[in-house]
Amino acid sequence: MRIRSSTRVLSLTALLLAALLSAAPLPGQAQAQPQVFRGATLLPISDDPIPNGVLVVENGTIQDLGPAGAVDVPSDAVEVDVSGRVILPGLVDTHSHIGAVDGGDRSAALHPVVRSLDAINVQHPSLMRARAGGITTVNVLPGSGHVMSGQTTHLKLRDGATVEDLLLCDDPLADVCGGMKMANGTNPQHEPSPPFPGTRARSAAMARELFMSARAYRQKQQSAEDPDDAPDTDLRMEALVEVLDGERIVHFHTHRHDDVLTALRLREEFGFRLVLHHVSEGWKVADEIAEAGVPASIIFIDSPGGKHEAVDLAYRTGAVLDEAGVDVAYHTDDLITDSRLFLRSPAFGVRAGMSRAAALESVTLAGARMLGLEDRVGSLAPGKDADFVVLSGDPLSVYTKVQQTWVEGRKVYDRSDPEDRRYATGGFRVYDGANAHVHR
Amino acid sequence: MTNNQYPVPSNQYPVTSTQYPVTSDQYPVTILLMICRFASRVRLLAAGAVLCFLAALTVPVRPAHAQVVVEADTVYTMAGDPIVDGVVIVQGETIQQVGPASEITVPDGARVLSAAVVTPGLVDPHGTVGTSGIYNVDADQDQLDTSMPLQPELRAVDAYNPREQLVAFVRALGVTTVHTGHAPGALISGQTALFATHGGTVREALRDSLTTVAMTVGPAAGERFESPGTRAKGIAMLREKLVAARQYAERREDTDDAEVDLGLEVLARLLEGEVPALITAHKAHDIQAALRLQDEFGFDLILDGAAEAFLLTEEIRAAGVPVLLHPTMIRPSGGAESAAFTTAATLHAAGIPVAIQSGFEPYVPKTRIVLYEAAVAAAHGLPRSAALASITRVPAEILGLDDRIGTIEPGKSADLALFDGDPFEYTTHVCQVLVRGQVVSSECR
Repeated sequence: MRIRSSTRVLSLTALLLAALLSAAPLPGQAQAQPQVFRGATLLPISDDPIPNGVLVVENGTIQDLGPAGAVDVPSDAVEVDVSGRVILPGLVDTHSHIGAVDGGDRSAALHPVVRSLDAINVQHPSLMRARAGGITTVNVLPGSGHVMSGQTTHLKLRDGATVEDLLLCDDPLADVCGGMKMANGTNPQHEPSPPFPGTRARSAAMARELFMSARAYRQKQQSAEDPDDAPDTDLRMEALVEVLDGERIVHFHTHRHDDVLTALRLREEFGFRLVLHHVSEGWKVADEIAEAGVPASIIFIDSPGGKHEAVDLAYRTGAVLDEAGVDVAYHTDDLITDSRLFLRSPAFGVRAGMSRAAALESVTLAGARMLGLEDRVGSLAPGKDADFVVLSGDPLSVYTKVQQTWVEGRKVYDRSDPEDRRYATGGFRVYDGANAHVHR
Repeated sequence: MTNNQYPVPSNQYPVTSTQYPVTSDQYPVTILLMICRFASRVRLLAAGAVLCFLAALTVPVRPAHAQVVVEADTVYTMAGDPIVDGVVIVQGETIQQVGPASEITVPDGARVLSAAVVTPGLVDPHGTVGTSGIYNVDADQDQLDTSMPLQPELRAVDAYNPREQLVAFVRALGVTTVHTGHAPGALISGQTALFATHGGTVREALRDSLTTVAMTVGPAAGERFESPGTRAKGIAMLREKLVAARQYAERREDTDDAEVDLGLEVLARLLEGEVPALITAHKAHDIQAALRLQDEFGFDLILDGAAEAFLLTEEIRAAGVPVLLHPTMIRPSGGAESAAFTTAATLHAAGIPVAIQSGFEPYVPKTRIVLYEAAVAAAHGLPRSAALASITRVPAEILGLDDRIGTIEPGKSADLALFDGDPFEYTTHVCQVLVRGQVVSSECR
């Protein structure tokens, strides 16, 4: 007994020593030793492309980048040869349902208190699918079958075992760790009604009434001179006050042009931060969206239809909105489109007239802005998180493969590893049980 | 018409008014007709006849299909090596000549189209467009009847809507033929047919009225019915039906006045080898059950879906069975949870004829585009020529229409897709599409 336990202590010590000597980071921790990536074409997004670039990463952060010879490289930096490759900032997906997430149930149409972070399985194979597609930051949302289906969660696709390992915030009880999902149009309209709305007007009225009560709650909180006079803590209202204060961004599922305008009208009345999502008919009201200064996170679908409000979905939506001056992102809505092929979406944007620059920004920096995370992710710049994708070639070519995905200086996907590669190509039981998210 | 209720911009998804454009060649004829119609409407019959006659004398009438010449940097005939700097001469509805520009004389007065790449019009090896519509409501979803699990008597021709918007949508992306009809989801869901994607009536669009009898094995065959509730029960029901068809055929042979059973009639033809069975099966053990059925009854089999076919390449090749593979980008869930981007490449390398289909989608995208599905297969190990063949020549061969479509060769239907670059690149456009010699789409998409 004693011998066995001392052996265990010894081996544990040896393991710890080995870990320290090799400076291998523990899960969730950033790589400590500096790394230098040489020879790739760097696409910083916030700046011009850098052929034959040098990228220096330390403590999970980008230290510097530039043309070969113009960057100071620490003498102890680990060399990574990426010659001939293309490096893009880690992709930001503003709308995904990976992790078998759920949200509000059928008891109500409004679920401001429901947190998606309580329902995300970060060990689900869909997260590997996203890493295989080059996605490093993702907004995980509950579905669209409610007027308000719950709180969204921002995740970094670190190699972690728990949802806490992947959060972008420090403390879910103290911080805002995501946005708020809302929806209009046909998805939230269904039986039983009530509680679900039966018409578009009812749906908008329910949202207005909810925000009115949140406004009253905030008023009571603010006017209470004595804490005893303050209203009892109402978790639903607390989340909505964050929305009214502009700290929690509303992510609004909306397809038809008049539904888009309804979302803009609600924003105007209550002053929350809004991101329009899907926006299938956005091309019909591009100027109105631009004038409101509201960004659009859009979806690319191979063909229109599937429901009435998506019949006029057009490949050119991204180009039209961008032309009108709207900040445009693409999202996967995984499993509606596949995270592994996220770069298809901006490529089809270019096919329909979008500039390459706007298309590449749409899956990186534009998405970061829509999540309020542009200070940390979305571009290659000194001080930003070292999240990037190593590609075999042109990001917008069908033949290009994601070779590696890095999050905060650590490799989370490597196509040359057969185990990882399975998640990129699929195969026997790779996605066992990874059933499609139900949208209705 | 629903189109009026949900207006579609004419530059995006053509509605009927612009769907069948009168070509410039037809304008004189149209004017003549207008004059004659006007004459008859004013009931000046004699005067009308005279007017008509005079008009006919004065208006030069050219044939509806004048010659069209397509020039391309590369012509993928799919019947030999690609032709660099090639020319295709179209006469009427037919391809007259194809070859290098240096060897072909372009006829005077022909309408000349230019492209970077020209391919045969794409053949969607199996989809449901036309029987399933864009709105996804009961009124436009006719791809699967769920009243009974075995209905070989249902005909695609009785359900196909040639004016469905999704047909126009895939046509503008180069698809000139669709194999469509009854979808997976019943042991026998009905018959499939081949349609050209142009033509205002079923009769005009029809290319082959009875192409396969569509069957499904495995759990998908039981989801909508009380029975079958298990795999074994489903196969038992199919075997009993096929035995009944065999006996029916014998009865019909013996007596002229035996009662006609529409379903057994079709299955009798299947057992005769006149019509192949299209069996949708994804899991490896379901594919094996399909092969077992073929072995027992000796019909011609086309495997459909076949997500786990990569586990059974030896067996499928030995059975000499071709595969209409699921769309490359099918969601890896349900029966297709093991689907791989590499399966087309694996089957091709094993010597199995493989075509890549658009499949059936219950939600979005309402239809997949075979061009895009083949592109992703090409990016995952399927040689580019094989990828292009998987949506042109190979499905034409598998479905028995290779004497008319699938390649660019003299005598074949002048179905062509014109591209401004590599057909598989995301950013390349399909700029012109010809069906039976007629330019049916001429906007880059």
